[in-house]
Amino acid sequence: MSLWYKLRPYVMTVPAITVFILFFIYPIFYMIYLSFTSWNLISPVKKFVGWGNYVELLSSREFQQVIANTITYTFLTVLLTLIIALVLALWLNRKGFIYSFAQGAIFSPYIISLVSVALLWLWIMDPQYGLLNWVLKIFGLSPCPWLTHTDTALISLVIVGVWKTVGYNTLVFIAGLQNIPRDLYEAAELDEAGRWKTFYKITLPMLSPTVFFLLVVNIIASFQVFDTVQIMTQGGPVNATNMLVFYIYQYGFDFFKIGYASAAGVFLLIIVGIMTVFHFIFLSKRVHYR
Amino acid sequence: MARVEFKNITKKYGQETVIENMNLEIKDGSFTVLVGPSGCGKSTTLRMIAGLEKHSSGEIWIGERCVNDIPPAKRDVAMVFQNYALYPTMNVKENIEFGLKNKKVPKKERKLLINEISEIVGLTGYLNRKPSTLSGGQRQRVALARAMVKKPQVFLMDEPLSNLDAKLRNQMRTELIQLHKKLGTTFIYVTHDQVEAMSMGDEIVVMNNGQIKQTADPVAIYDDPEDVFIAQFIGSPPMNVLELKSIPGLNFKGKKGIAFIGFRPEKAEMSLTKKEGSITFQGRVITRETLGFETIYQVQSSLGVVMIKHFSRPFVENEELFVNVCYSDLYFFAENGQRVRNIKRDEFLFEEKNLLKVAGGSF
Repeated sequence: MSLWYKLRPYVMTVPAITVFILFFIYPIFYMIYLSFTSWNLISPVKKFVGWGNYVELLSSREFQQVIANTITYTFLTVLLTLIIALVLALWLNRKGFIYSFAQGAIFSPYIISLVSVALLWLWIMDPQYGLLNWVLKIFGLSPCPWLTHTDTALISLVIVGVWKTVGYNTLVFIAGLQNIPRDLYEAAELDEAGRWKTFYKITLPMLSPTVFFLLVVNIIASFQVFDTVQIMTQGGPVNATNMLVFYIYQYGFDFFKIGYASAAGVFLLIIVGIMTVFHFIFLSKRVHYR
Repeated sequence: MARVEFKNITKKYGQETVIENMNLEIKDGSFTVLVGPSGCGKSTTLRMIAGLEKHSSGEIWIGERCVNDIPPAKRDVAMVFQNYALYPTMNVKENIEFGLKNKKVPKKERKLLINEISEIVGLTGYLNRKPSTLSGGQRQRVALARAMVKKPQVFLMDEPLSNLDAKLRNQMRTELIQLHKKLGTTFIYVTHDQVEAMSMGDEIVVMNNGQIKQTADPVAIYDDPEDVFIAQFIGSPPMNVLELKSIPGLNFKGKKGIAFIGFRPEKAEMSLTKKEGSITFQGRVITRETLGFETIYQVQSSLGVVMIKHFSRPFVENEELFVNVCYSDLYFFAENGQRVRNIKRDEFLFEEKNLLKVAGGSF
């Protein structure tokens, strides 16, 4: 009886733990193991190469560019998403049909599969008959090469990324705004605070937990961008949009350099791991302004 | 210091009229309490003075100017909110200072003001604390300090004590009265608690359904209510109001239109024998609330259930007794609830026998 009492919690969590170990923990350790080997996915021998893959990875010009691309993409996407979402949230945080409709409309890209979004934008950004260039032409501007030029390809992906996630961010911001007690604004009105001052002295500080949450979540998501790269640019032109996850995929499953790809995977794991730790620290210390 | 005047104020929310044609004068330097049940429009009235709510028509005057088109910050009023509305991200000092900074008061002067005010409300040691680390009473003081530091002409308070526990509420009540004496500024205070209204105000405005029912000092409101609503709203327990129909022995000569009679719980005397010069009926104690100095009885009588406040001999439950109310302590009300005044003793006839017989039979 007492033995069963002690064992019961373990026995009952066995299924969940099994799944967790099999599909989460084991692959991570297997990847770390593979990163120290040279393997082509078919050969029965996994040759141990020590730090070889890492040395090759860190000294590779291509990888350095991939990291730079990923950081640029993440920085621009997160920054633009947060700013646009905040502006939209401030504008849409009202009652009325048009505002509810706009909230729904802005959110809708978020629930569409990213593959469809990528295909859609591939058409929109087509240099010859795309919608965007048609609009530019109407305003008398010269057409933009979008995805086909090294200068504009990365920013084109940023546009798609922002378009896709801005709705979700807006909704979270609206929820945050609605949590700010109305009497604070009334007190500020009586305290003669202007609109701008009310915004940066009351709204923004009160929103800071929301901002931080979105910042971390968006950075983690942006670092793992893959679908748009795979469908829209294949990392090109001339590696201009090659980013970490696509790079790993390419080396693993196009070039069959599993060991090398795993080393890059470990790199991604470390970056996302650090962000996740930040996220958890933040969640545990989350300020409740009450 | 300023007086506040409402001239034909109407407030509508969409199609719904909340306040219609209200005229009100709040005296300079008074402690005026707006009291009434929830939804009576008292908070709306206060918010219209502050400018947080725009009135639909009419004029609001503060001091010598019509403030219809003047924004809240320029009306020279300060408000204490029910939930204090302290800025959670700022510490106590910054909370108090915020309004001054916006008014571009020089730093030296700000410092002097903050020191002076925090001294008055007893917050000197807490200036660097965030509101979330303060107790309810301390937050209340910060809210007061934030209002006081602006040296407004009118203080507006929207149920500021309702979030405090009973003991602290009593203490703050006393402090607010003292503060009003010290500052001499006009205080306008909204509450639904009639005890609070009676104990704090020197002028009470009783409101119901968006209308002002009576404006008077506490004693007058209590002793000389305009109608049944005020008589029952003010006083604890409320005035006993009985339908004339339920008192078979009571008849009026000539004067018609009286539908209700009432008496205050403490004006009824309970005794084991009948008393002369009173309206007397039989009853039985149902419940007893012992409050120390006084005891509140719920008495089932032939006229219905009445509440009686008694100070001396303790009666026990189910004890049969006589309730005597002196004729001069009776209030008379018309069918629509309006008070009927100046009914003299010889204008009504009370046939005791008739009543007692009914009473006797019902037990």
